[in-house]
Amino acid sequence: MSKKPVQFRLNGAERAVFVEGGQNLLDTIRRGLGDTSPKWGCGQGTCGACTVLIDGQPHLACLTLAEAVEGREISTNAGLGANGLHPLQQAFMDHFAAQCGFCTSGMLMAAKALLDRNPNPTRDEVIEAISGNICRCTGYEPIIDAILDAAKRRAA
Amino acid sequence: MTLTVETVPTVADAARRLGTGVRYLGGGTLVMRALNYGDTSVSTILRSSDPALTRVETSGDRIRIGAGVTMAGVMASRDLEALHPVARVIGGPAVRNMGTVGGNLFADPPYGDFAVALLVLDAMVQVEGASEVPLERFLGERRGLVSAVTIRRPERGAFRFRKVSRVKPKGIAVLSMAAYLPGAPGRITGARIAYGNMGPRPIRVAAVEQALEGRGLDAGTIASAAGAALQGVSPQTDPIASEWYRREVAPVHLRRLLEAQS
Ligand SMILES: Cc1cc2nc3c(=O)[nH]c(=O)nc-3n(C[C@H](O)[C@H](O)[C@H](O)COP(=O)(O)OP(=O)(O)OC[C@H]3O[C@@H](n4cnc5c(N)ncnc54)[C@H](O)[C@@H]3O)c2cc1C
Repeated sequence: MSKKPVQFRLNGAERAVFVEGGQNLLDTIRRGLGDTSPKWGCGQGTCGACTVLIDGQPHLACLTLAEAVEGREISTNAGLGANGLHPLQQAFMDHFAAQCGFCTSGMLMAAKALLDRNPNPTRDEVIEAISGNICRCTGYEPIIDAILDAAKRRAA
Repeated sequence: MTLTVETVPTVADAARRLGTGVRYLGGGTLVMRALNYGDTSVSTILRSSDPALTRVETSGDRIRIGAGVTMAGVMASRDLEALHPVARVIGGPAVRNMGTVGGNLFADPPYGDFAVALLVLDAMVQVEGASEVPLERFLGERRGLVSAVTIRRPERGAFRFRKVSRVKPKGIAVLSMAAYLPGAPGRITGARIAYGNMGPRPIRVAAVEQALEGRGLDAGTIASAAGAALQGVSPQTDPIASEWYRREVAPVHLRRLLEAQS
């Protein structure tokens, strides 16, 4: 089977990896590059556990063709915590916003995209921003509180 | 199964490459999902880097939307302001950054909400290498490579849309409805009504349009429109709702759409 090289930045570092025809970005990041922070949940875009940022915007890595990210900037949860806990990660801990933790990476990336664009969101804007991410443990309230609190702490 | 990816520079190249086993990739939200679930009918994924695909252009009273414009792209365009409320209810933020207008024309139920809105705006579909066809006709065939969709710039306040879902804010549609009512609440000329998820593809509802045409949007008109809501419509039973349920609620939602203040 012929493989193709793809080059992009992952959490600020230049990376190159060979991909099979039709391989998705999630597989590429997890198996190809060893960053297991985005999760394989449903494989159909419904759960949001694979959410990564491409050029700052949330995308579903499981539905993204790896070859389509040539030359682009990918951010994952592993990069968020590279220099100690990110304020969002700290707020998730403080508010018990993670139970099983499976959705957490995707939630954090969706939340980061929101706060980067809108540092002072309303509760409804937070709900909208994480509407593509399913959590089966928390009932969402602690997650929403954590994101709002992270925004407040950033502003302070 | 070997799968190859081909990226071609122009839409015309892409149109020439279409054929058995070749699947064009728009945003990929449906194509990649099928591949993840083992769709073996695809041997080649076809992409095009043509910049014309992602442009929104206005000339006179027509707006041309490139097939590769994403829902987020729609929301970023001032010319497409009337369609912002439609794009905003398609999937969550990540789906809106990926899913395209072109792909939405090919989306089977329960999807295709954007196509429902385009139907009432008299959208024309530009299939590469062919002349423009009305969207309604295109939806019956769904063939060829779509380079763009053009709509008439909607009259202010005449366009209405409603996606009915049980999960909020990001639920799949039980049904969706669009209306274009130029002149309302006064005398309506050129009434357009379309439904999504009330059958195998988005449809125009001629009986309702006739009930509205040439009349003011008063209680009597709304009652007769609601009375015609199911004429010529055969909704399906699927995991989201039964045929019975769709028949029960469609006239109610049509009434609400017509009664809404624009
Ligand atoms: C979690 C989730 C939620 C969703 N929610 C909604 C929703 O609420 N409402 C809704 O309407 N949809 C929804 N969708 C479905 C889908 O994302 C949208 O319909 C989207 O617009 C499809 O576009 P795409 O570019 O991703 O399609 P793709 O997956 O790229 O393509 C879909 C089909 O269209 C063909 N195609 C694409 N572009 C062209 C073109 N230019 N010319 C010819 N053929 C083309 C492809 O070959 C393929 O057969 C959802 C999807 C997911 C994963």
